[in-house]
Amino acid sequence: MNFDPTYNPFSLVGKTILITGASSGIGRATAIECSKLGAICIITGRNEERLNETLTQMAGDGHQIIVADISTQEGIDVLVEQSPVIDGLVNNAGIVKEKPIRFYKQSDLDIIFQTNTFSPMLIVKEILKKKKINDNGAVVFVSSLAAFGSTLGNGIYGSSKAALMAYMHYCARELAAKNIRANSIHPGMVETPLIRGGAYSESDLQKDMLRYPLGRYGKPEDVAHAIIYLLSDASSWVTGTSLIIDGGISLK
Amino acid sequence: MIIMELNEFVAHFAEQFEETDASVFTPETKYHDLEEWSSLIGLSIIAMVDDEYDVLIKGNDVKNSVTIEDLFNIVKERV
Repeated sequence: MNFDPTYNPFSLVGKTILITGASSGIGRATAIECSKLGAICIITGRNEERLNETLTQMAGDGHQIIVADISTQEGIDVLVEQSPVIDGLVNNAGIVKEKPIRFYKQSDLDIIFQTNTFSPMLIVKEILKKKKINDNGAVVFVSSLAAFGSTLGNGIYGSSKAALMAYMHYCARELAAKNIRANSIHPGMVETPLIRGGAYSESDLQKDMLRYPLGRYGKPEDVAHAIIYLLSDASSWVTGTSLIIDGGISLK
Repeated sequence: MIIMELNEFVAHFAEQFEETDASVFTPETKYHDLEEWSSLIGLSIIAMVDDEYDVLIKGNDVKNSVTIEDLFNIVKERV
């Protein structure tokens, strides 16, 4: 048998993929990489200008921008209303706020959990209710290594991402009847705007990087490629899984 | 407008420490040199400034300031 250069079970040709938080970081890289593998992408975020920047870097035609603030029910409604029927959903949008436990406020918990946990839960709900996802579809939740308690002072974010992982398990169970798969990915520190200019200083980050067995933080594309695996037919029998992508930092 | 007193700021700064006696802290204290200083206390300082002064400072501000007064001046500018 001859080698067939067109054989690619990781291809996304013929699939429509909805990606939240596509205006920067992992979401942007996921949109770009999905488009290069043939997907039609629906990209969403709050900032139209930055979504357009993502779009200019994408391959192929037929992609769609939906400007929506998914931290509100109205934003979720706009998103799901305007979205075509999809084959894949990447719940990527997320925010972070580092602080020690004794400084927690109800308002911190509300804001972080709303975007990182409650909104993805409700987006899946609305997508199902409005029948906007095909059977044999795939849902990917971008959780975090922080779900396992990996970083100091990051308990609100980590708890929100752990709850998201738990929800993924219930999606995997409930949606299996439609052959829709649900999985989560758990990146370690990735070079994105999320980790810059916050409570961690530049030298904290430089020092932290050296702890990674592979010697560097992740690139957004490293994570995007794992998401693509979970969206593609290559992972047809994979559901309810949490995939850690972390340059080896969680090795004991 | 919150009026910022340097002494009050030093006291709030000192409150973030468990082991180091409050009497150790002055505006000239080079806080990175304190034995108890840690990245978690750094996060506490950022959260304290947010709570007490409604000012957002960053990890780099805490890292790049040398004395407590240096940090006070950054916060004061943004109140």
